[in-house]
Amino acid sequence: MSDQNIKVALIGNPNTGKTSVFNQLTGLNQQVGNYPGITVERKQGFCNLPLGFKATILDLPGTYSLNASSLDENVVIELLLNKNDKDFPDVVVVVTDVENLKRNLLLFTQIKDLGIPTILVINMSDRMELKGITLDIPYLEEQLKTKIALVSSRKKLGIDNLKKLIVDYNNVSTEPCLNASSIDPEYFGGLKKAFPNQLLYKLWLVITQDVNFSNLDRKTIETHNFAKSPSDLKRLQQKETIKRYQFINDVLKVGRTIDTENAKDFRSKLDRVLTHKFWGYVIFAAILLLIFQSIFDWSSIPMEFIDQSFASLSSAAAENLPPGVFTDLLSQGIIPGIGGIVIFIPQIAFLFLFISLLEESGYMSRVVFLMDKIMRRFGLSGKSVVPLISGTACAIPAIMATRNIESWKERLITILVTPFTTCSARLPVYSILISLVIPKTRIFGIFNTQGLTLMLLYLLGFGAAIFSAYILNKILKIKNKTFFVVEMPNYKLPLFKNVGLNVLEKTKAFVFGAGKIILAISIILWFLASYGPGHNFEFAEKIVTTSPENANLSEKEMEDAIASYKIENSYIGIMGKSIEPVIEPLGYDWKIGIAIISSFAAREVFVGTLATIYSVGGSDNEETIKSKMQAEVHPITGKKVFNFASGISLLLFYAFAMQCASTLAIVKKETNSWKWPAIQLFAMSVFAYTVALIAYQFLE
Amino acid sequence: MQTTIDQLRIGQSATITDFDIEVIPLKLIEMGCLPGNSVELLQIAPFGDPLFLNINDSYLAIRLETARKIQIELIQE
Repeated sequence: MSDQNIKVALIGNPNTGKTSVFNQLTGLNQQVGNYPGITVERKQGFCNLPLGFKATILDLPGTYSLNASSLDENVVIELLLNKNDKDFPDVVVVVTDVENLKRNLLLFTQIKDLGIPTILVINMSDRMELKGITLDIPYLEEQLKTKIALVSSRKKLGIDNLKKLIVDYNNVSTEPCLNASSIDPEYFGGLKKAFPNQLLYKLWLVITQDVNFSNLDRKTIETHNFAKSPSDLKRLQQKETIKRYQFINDVLKVGRTIDTENAKDFRSKLDRVLTHKFWGYVIFAAILLLIFQSIFDWSSIPMEFIDQSFASLSSAAAENLPPGVFTDLLSQGIIPGIGGIVIFIPQIAFLFLFISLLEESGYMSRVVFLMDKIMRRFGLSGKSVVPLISGTACAIPAIMATRNIESWKERLITILVTPFTTCSARLPVYSILISLVIPKTRIFGIFNTQGLTLMLLYLLGFGAAIFSAYILNKILKIKNKTFFVVEMPNYKLPLFKNVGLNVLEKTKAFVFGAGKIILAISIILWFLASYGPGHNFEFAEKIVTTSPENANLSEKEMEDAIASYKIENSYIGIMGKSIEPVIEPLGYDWKIGIAIISSFAAREVFVGTLATIYSVGGSDNEETIKSKMQAEVHPITGKKVFNFASGISLLLFYAFAMQCASTLAIVKKETNSWKWPAIQLFAMSVFAYTVALIAYQFLE
Repeated sequence: MQTTIDQLRIGQSATITDFDIEVIPLKLIEMGCLPGNSVELLQIAPFGDPLFLNINDSYLAIRLETARKIQIELIQE
């Protein structure tokens, strides 16, 4: 018995501190993945319970009720209706916030109707005194037919008690706490008669939600004369909700007292400032500025250190390992390739840190509130701000974050324009190009010009997103039934543990996800750059040394000449040369062309690609990527390859081009058609090319 | 006095009496927007929209177009 593993499902409204409870229970013992076939994040953790029991804890997506209105919420109901699912819980733990008990209990009463043992966690109990709230726990336990754990995930109180209740889950009642079917006795009576072996509430959910469970689908029920029109169903759902609220109100009237003297608080004062028509925007702009300065300024120290370390690692490998193909691959392909991604960990971590802080603190909802009216002019929703801001980390989670936008048109436009925002994969490209072509000075002694350029590029990304949204709003003819509900949660001091875990997890996912692609591409590139077809490549040394124009070169110069001749005649050189006419008007040489092509797998590959190409060509391994790019000279014009004009043109190209296979895949998934990603790819690439062309021709 | 939510002044409270069920999303109902529950206007966003409300102890924001469809009875002070 003592090695028994209890399956626990953690469920709750958004903003109840469910994730904090999960983190307290499981610590670092977590696995993050996806539900099969869909992109909803699946979080699972493990914890040790008293008496030698163990538990597997599934952190289900936050939901307001079992009437699912999004993919994330669907996961919850599909799991709870399917007894055969391998994740089907032995016990459900519903997390509620003591300050929002009334609303949070709605979901609890629904889950109670499913006949699964259900424990109620009342979280944030540390705020009860401040808010003047007292609870009669024995009364609530009796009325709600459950066991209650009073928890403060913030102060780490009550977790042990919760663990004890989980072990004891067999003693938790599986009875419903109210009889919701009394809203239409005739209808539900008939339903009960037709399906005597099924729980009534499950049948009801199948009818209203169109989900299937254990061989019973909506059609079978409806053929038994239980079909209702959508508006009748909605009317019944409303009656059901009223019924549940009546019950909850009655229970809380006796079981909870609130001393209203403490009610007016800090929150409303803070709201008055943060959503103020002037200060609200000033504060929002200041926060954005802080984020961009930190990304460029504060992370430059660890980045330089990482850059140097990888350069010396490369040369150490080349010097100490026996010479041969494998050593070359390692020192010229793999190490520079990996270095190209590791170097951006500081910036990406900073970005995720800020986004996580904004969401945890409750500030993000205020931004939604503040921006809704403005965003609507461009066919977007206030809720589009969240995807557009998290798009600065990565477009993939950002596009998934559009799921809570209620209007399809607003959601589709948000999905289509989000890839314009400057994602972290563009950062590597931007930072290396900026440091090459923008002089490092300070304006007014504080603002770093390079930091300002970066900020400008971010604004350009937002600008492009907003501008194209405006156009799409005019073009797209979609009948639009809009509504908008956003919860304004209480302000909370972000918990270090939650934020830390989030940053760690997201950074890890980025580095490993991108790392795999970069590693594969750098190996392929190394191969293509190190070998070539035919006579020219094979006899490169002979051709260069015997050429009369090279007669006066020193030994070192001769080596360089041979290397560059070789790379020009390698496979990659031939490929690059063939696309050169297309990109030449933008000011790029064929090496940049190769980097752009490989960037279509993922943008961050750009730097790694150039690093690999230059390493194969170069003779001195101690140089960093940046100094190699700095030294690169155009063979015909004799000008620097990365000069102001070509640098700006390249920056603009990367700002606007759609170069991310994973984003296209996610857009296909979320819009259910290839049409939208195809339009995205085409329109963005053409736009990027045009802008880059104009910029180069104008600046040159 | 019978009116709709968009007519509230900041700080004013009322009781929800009725709404057009066809246009009010179920999600809003589940958040506590039901006949008989109280509603207080806490804040209006810059440019007059959306509205920040306290409905039945839920803090939420809705747009003007939705607020116009929810009837209320003002609470006399």
